Order: sequence, then structure tokens, then C-alpha cells
Amino acid sequence: MNLIGFENYLWLGSALFCIGLLGVLVRRNVIILLMCIELMLNASNLLLVVFAKMFGNMNGHIFVFFSMLVAAAEVSVGLALIVLIYRKFRTIDSSFLDKLKG
Amino acid sequence: MDLTNIAFIAFSAITLICALMVVLARNPIYSVIFLILTMFSLTGHYVLLHAQFIAIINIIVYAGAIMVLFLFVLMLMNMNANNEPNKSFLWKVLAGLVTSGMLMSILLVYIKNMGDMPIVPTTNSAVGQALPADFGYIKPLGNLLFTEYVFPFEIASILFIAAMVGAVFLGSREKSTNNQ
Repeated sequence: MNLIGFENYLWLGSALFCIGLLGVLVRRNVIILLMCIELMLNASNLLLVVFAKMFGNMNGHIFVFFSMLVAAAEVSVGLALIVLIYRKFRTIDSSFLDKLKG
Repeated sequence: MDLTNIAFIAFSAITLICALMVVLARNPIYSVIFLILTMFSLTGHYVLLHAQFIAIINIIVYAGAIMVLFLFVLMLMNMNANNEPNKSFLWKVLAGLVTSGMLMSILLVYIKNMGDMPIVPTTNSAVGQALPADFGYIKPLGNLLFTEYVFPFEIASILFIAAMVGAVFLGSREKSTNNQ
């Protein structure tokens, strides 16, 4: 019996993605929201690596590489924005940040 | 029971439990710590999946750089654990229903197609041919990155410059307005 069949990895990736989605829906702290987005990105990264091995093709690794680059850029700009928001409003609760609604 | 199976089960358990703790922990610092643990267990998965280079840059970029950014920002804000109000109970139930329904529908599709999914030894790919000996090493990855994907690679550098300029601009704007 070999447990590292690919479907187990698909289960793991889906579960990880759903946990990240749950965090985005439930939490209010904007930093936690960013971390949950990181969880979802990592779930997709894991699945890309799994599919790369499944088809014996290394293009999936390249896409994981690019997704990590984009995640790094996103986190740096997002955290700068969060620091600015905290300085201005003294809160990072997403339910209070509704100025754009007008 | 194979050693890789034990490693897979252990890494999966650590990944899922730590990911849940990221969502459930009250203190944001604990969330970051559990996210780092999740990254490390995912790195273990990458090693199991013959993606050595991805495993290394996962540690360096995620656990090394991004998590340090998160920790720094959290320390700058000096937040208490209990200043986050709860969302309404109805909203939580709704979110739980949505995510668990989504997960269950995905799992149902997998279970339905379980017989078709190949379960193969770790050295082979699903399509039957053996993996090349240098699968996941830096050299073939670099070859691929600098021949076939050289244009997205250069575009990524522009993205990084834009992100860096944006972060520096956003971080320094407050000080310049104070000086005026």
C-alpha cells in the first residue's frame, strides 16, 4: 500500500485551500487575511508541484517559482498599505475599513 | 508501512493542524508562528515530491523573508490579542457551510473518480515513464527558466521594481507630510 498516491495530495491541497478560504471569510484582522491568502497560494503551489511530478514535466515548478515571486511582491505592498492604514485609522479591523463605500 | 508514507502522513497532519491554528489562533503572533510551521511542513512535501529547488526557495522566500515581514509589521503595531471583535455567529456558520460544502464537493469528485487516479511508486510519474534523474534540480529548472520562460522572468523583475518603489513610497509618505 502506497499512500503517496496523487489523490491524497489533491485532498491535502483542497483542504488547505478551504482552510485559507475559511480564514478569509471568518477573520477580521487584515494581517490574518493576508496570511490566509498566503495559505491559499501555498495550496495551489503544492498542487502545481504535484501535477508537475504527475506528468513528469518541470513547467509546473516554473509556475510555482513565479507564484512565489508574485506573493512576495503582493505581501510587501500589502503590508506597507496595512501600516499606512494603521497609522491613519488606528485599527486594522476590516469591518471598520469601509470608507470606499462612500 | 513505508518510511515515505509515514513522512507523508506526518507532514500532512502538521500542515493541516497548523493551517487550522493560523485561522483559529486569537493572537496574531501565534498565527504567524503556525504559518511558519505550515511552510516548513509544505517544504517537507516538496522534498517528497522531488522538487528540491522549490523546497529550498520555499524556506528562503516564505519562511525566511515573507514571515519576517509579517512579524515586523505585527511588532510595529503592538496589538493586543483581544482587540479583535468576533464576527456574528450567523456569518461564521455561513462561512463554515460554504467552505465545508466546497471541500466536500471536491472530495466527492475525487472519491467518485478514485479508481481512475493512478497510484504509482514515488519514482515514476502517472503517465508511466520514469522521471528523469535530475527532476527538480536547479540545472534543468534554470535551463527552462532562461530559455522558454525568459520573457516572464524579465517581466517579474519589472513587477519587483514596481512593488519596491510602491512599498518605499507608501512607507515614506507619512514622514514627508509631517515635515511640511
